[in-house]
Amino acid sequence: MPAQARMDISFDLLINAIVAGLLLGGFYAAVTAGVSISFGMLDIVNIAHPAFIILGSYIAYFININFGIDPILVSIIMLPVFFALGTLVYQVYYLSFERRGQESLRGLAFFFGLLFVTEVTLILVFGVDYRYVEAAYIGPSLHFGIVDLPLRMLVPCLVALGLFASIELFITRTFTGRAIMAVSQDQLALQLMAADPIRIKRIAFGISIATAAIAGALLIIIQPVEPSVGREYIGRVFAICVLGGLGSMPGTLIAALLLGVVESLTATFYGPSWAPAVSFGFLLLTLAFRPAGLLGR
Amino acid sequence: MTALLHVDNISKRFGGFVALDGVEIEVQPGERLGLIGPNGSGKSTLVNCICGTLQNESGSVRFDGSVMDGLAAHERTHRGVARSFQLPRPFHSMTLADNLRIPLLYTVHARSGPLRSPGDLDTRCHELLDMVGLLKKAKQMPRDLTQVEMRKLELARAMAAEPKLLIADESMAGLSHSEIDDILALLVRLNERGITIILIEHIMSAVMSFSQRLAVLVSGKKIADGKPEDVVRDPEVVRAYLGQ
Amino acid sequence: MGTVKFSFTAVAIGALVMAFAHWFHVDYLFFACYTILQFIVLATAWNILGGYCGYVNFGSAAFFALGAYSSVALIKFDGEIDAWFSEGVANALHYIFPLPIPLLIIFGALVSGIVGFGMGYLTLRLRGSFFAIATLALAVVLQTLIVNWDFVGGSRGAYVIRPENLEFAGIAINYIEYLFALMLLLAVIALTTARVIERSQLGFGFATIRDDELAAEACGVPTLRLKLIATTLSGAFMGMAGAPFPYYIGYLQPSSAFGLEYAVNSIAMPMIGGTTSWVGPLVGAILLGSAQQYATVTISSAVNLLIVGLMLVAFVIIAPNGLIGLVQERLRRRQS
Repeated sequence: MPAQARMDISFDLLINAIVAGLLLGGFYAAVTAGVSISFGMLDIVNIAHPAFIILGSYIAYFININFGIDPILVSIIMLPVFFALGTLVYQVYYLSFERRGQESLRGLAFFFGLLFVTEVTLILVFGVDYRYVEAAYIGPSLHFGIVDLPLRMLVPCLVALGLFASIELFITRTFTGRAIMAVSQDQLALQLMAADPIRIKRIAFGISIATAAIAGALLIIIQPVEPSVGREYIGRVFAICVLGGLGSMPGTLIAALLLGVVESLTATFYGPSWAPAVSFGFLLLTLAFRPAGLLGR
Repeated sequence: MTALLHVDNISKRFGGFVALDGVEIEVQPGERLGLIGPNGSGKSTLVNCICGTLQNESGSVRFDGSVMDGLAAHERTHRGVARSFQLPRPFHSMTLADNLRIPLLYTVHARSGPLRSPGDLDTRCHELLDMVGLLKKAKQMPRDLTQVEMRKLELARAMAAEPKLLIADESMAGLSHSEIDDILALLVRLNERGITIILIEHIMSAVMSFSQRLAVLVSGKKIADGKPEDVVRDPEVVRAYLGQ
Repeated sequence: MGTVKFSFTAVAIGALVMAFAHWFHVDYLFFACYTILQFIVLATAWNILGGYCGYVNFGSAAFFALGAYSSVALIKFDGEIDAWFSEGVANALHYIFPLPIPLLIIFGALVSGIVGFGMGYLTLRLRGSFFAIATLALAVVLQTLIVNWDFVGGSRGAYVIRPENLEFAGIAINYIEYLFALMLLLAVIALTTARVIERSQLGFGFATIRDDELAAEACGVPTLRLKLIATTLSGAFMGMAGAPFPYYIGYLQPSSAFGLEYAVNSIAMPMIGGTTSWVGPLVGAILLGSAQQYATVTISSAVNLLIVGLMLVAFVIIAPNGLIGLVQERLRRRQS
C-alpha cells in the first residue's frame, strides 16, 4: 500500500478515534455527575453507583423489549423511582454509619455489599448474556467527510450534556442546589441558617441516584450490557471525579472528555483489552501525584 | 535568650479563604502565653500549623533551634510539642489508662528508649490520671465520660508526652469555677517544672490570671501582643473582640 | 496463652483435622477444607489492615492473583530454561527449578508484599476512602496487565500440571494432601502473626490509627510507617495464599484468579466474624466458607454469593462488631 494511503488511513482512524472519544467522554460526564454529587459534595464513597446505573440499564431494557418504549423515555419516567431509592439508601446509610461516625470502614463495606448484591441479583434474574435495546437511532450514522458520527453515540452524548447542564444549573441557581453546595462546605453554618442538613443531604443523594437512571439508559444504547459491566465503571467514575477535582462540575466535564479520548485512542491503536487499564491507571496516577485534581489547589 | 518557639510570618489558605495571614509569634522557654480571639480567627489553624497537623504555605515554624517545616506531626511531638484538641479526640476503643499509654510508648520511649517496665508505665498512667482527677475512671472507656472529663483526658494525654511546649486548646469550656481553678493550678504547676505553655481560651478571667503575655488573633492576623493588662486596654482589641 | 503454646496448639488441631481427612480419604473434603483454609489466610490478612487499622482494601483479589501468577510465571520459566539459556547455565538452573511450593510461597509473598508497599506508599497519605478506591483500581489494572501478558497464558489461561505425588524422604505423599498441609501451615502462621501483632505495641498503634489517626499522630505514633507495615504484611499474606493456587486448580484463568468472590469474602468474613481480634476472621472464614461450600453444591454458586453479599450488608448495619462483638456484648451484660 502506498505510504500516502497508509497515512490517510491512520489519520482517518485518529480523527474518528478522537471524535468517538469525545462522544464517549460526554457520556462519561453524565455517568460521573451523580458521583460528583455524592462523593464530591457529600463525601460519601458510594462505590455502588455503577450498580444503580446497570440497574437503570436493565430496567430500560426490560420495558423497551416488552413495551417498545424508547429507553431514554423510560429513564425519565423512572427518575422519581430512583430518586426515592436514593433517599432510602441515604437514610439507611445515615442512621447506620454517618450518625455513629463510622462511615469510613463500615460505610464502604455497606456500599460494596450493595454493589455485589445488585450484580448477583441481576445475574440471577437476567443471566450473564449481553442485553441490548432497540431504538430508531441505534443503527444509523451521520457522515461529515471522513468523520463518522454514529447516532447511537451522538444521541446519548447530547442527552448526557443536557443532563450535566441541568445539574449544574440546579446547583448554582436554585435554593436547594445552593444549600447542597453549602452543606458540602460547612454543615454547621447551614444548620445555623435553619435548614436541615440531613434533609438536604438526602435530597442530594436522591438526585445522585436519579442521574443513574438516565446514565443507565444511555449506557445500554451505547453498548450491550451484562451485570459485571458496572465494575469497569467504578474506576472510570472515580478517576474522572478525582481528576476533575472533587465537587467541581466543570472539572468533571473536562476530565470526562479527556478520559474518553485517551481510552478511545488506546482501544483503537493498542486494542480494546487495554482500555480498562487506562481509567484505573489514570486514577492511581492522580491519587498518587495530584489528588486535588487537574483544577484543584 | 533564644525563643523556644518562633512562628515566623506563616500563612495558610483553604481555597479562597485566608485562615492565617503573616502571623508572627515568639514564645520564650518557660513562658506562659495566652492566645485569644473571636471564633474563626485562626487560633486552631495556628495550633495545627505549629503541631504539624497542617502545613503552612509560607513562612516557617522554628522550635528549639531547628526548623520544623515539612515534619510530620508525630515527629514534632517527639521533639517536644504537645497539644490538646479543642473537640476531644480520645481513642474510643481503649480504656482511659490505655489512652495515656500511647504517648508514653510512642513518644517518651521513642525519645529516650524504653526505660520503663510495664509496671512503671501503669504507675505513670495512674499518676497522670490522678493529676486531672480521673484516677477512679482509669479502667473505663471514653464513651462513659462527660464532656468535661473528656477535656481533662485530652490534657492528660498531652501531658503524657512529656513536652517542652504544651498547647492547651480551649480545655476549659464548660467547666465550673472550681474546675477551672483546678486546671489552672495544674497548668501553673507544669509551668513551674519548666514546661512552656500556650493557653488558648475564651474565659477571660482564666486567661488574665494565667498569662504572662497575651496575644490576640483576629481574622488570621495578630493584632496585639504584650502584657495582658496593656492588651485588654488596646482599642483595636476592644473593638474586635472584647467589646461584644 | 503464650505465642509458642498457641502455635503448637493450632498445629496440633490442624494435624488432627488432617489425620481425620486422611483416614476417611475423601478427596472432596481436602478440596473443600483447602478452600476454607485459604479463606482463613485471606480474611486474617485483610483484617490486619482493615480491622486493626481501619483501612479498607477492595483489591484482595489482586494480591491473591499476584501470588498465583508469580507461581505461574516461575512454572512457565522452568519450561523455557532449555530454550532460553546455554546448556551450562540451563543445567545449573535445572538443579533449582522447578521450585518447590514453599519457595513459590515465599516468592509470592515477596511480590505481593512489595506491590502492597508500593501502593501504600503512593496512596496511604490520603484519606482512607481514597486508599480504598485505589485498591479497586489496582485490581483492575493488574488484571488487565495479566490478561495481556501472553507468557502466563493471558486470557486463554494457563495449564499447570499437578503431580500425582510428592516424593519426600522416600515416601510418596498424595499431592492434594501436601497442598492441604501447606495451606494449613500458612493458616497457622497467619493466625499466630495476627495474634502477636494484636498484643504488641504495633497492634496498639494500629488501634489508634483506626480510632483517630489525627490524635494518634499528635501522640507521637508514626502513622504512615505503621500503615505501610500493615499494607505490606497484608499483601504478603494474600500473595502467600495465592502461590499454591495454580497447582490446586490446575487451570488458571485471570477471571478466576481475580474473581470478585475473593474481594467480597475477604471483607465479609472478618466483618461478619468480628474485626477487632484474630478470632473474628477465623470464625467468619469457617462459617461462611463452609456455608458456601455447601451452597455451591446444593443450590448454585450465584445464589451463594448473593447470600454472602446480603449477610455482609446486614451485619455491617446491625452488628458492626461482628459475631465476636455480639458474644462480647452478651458476656458484658451478664457481668453487670
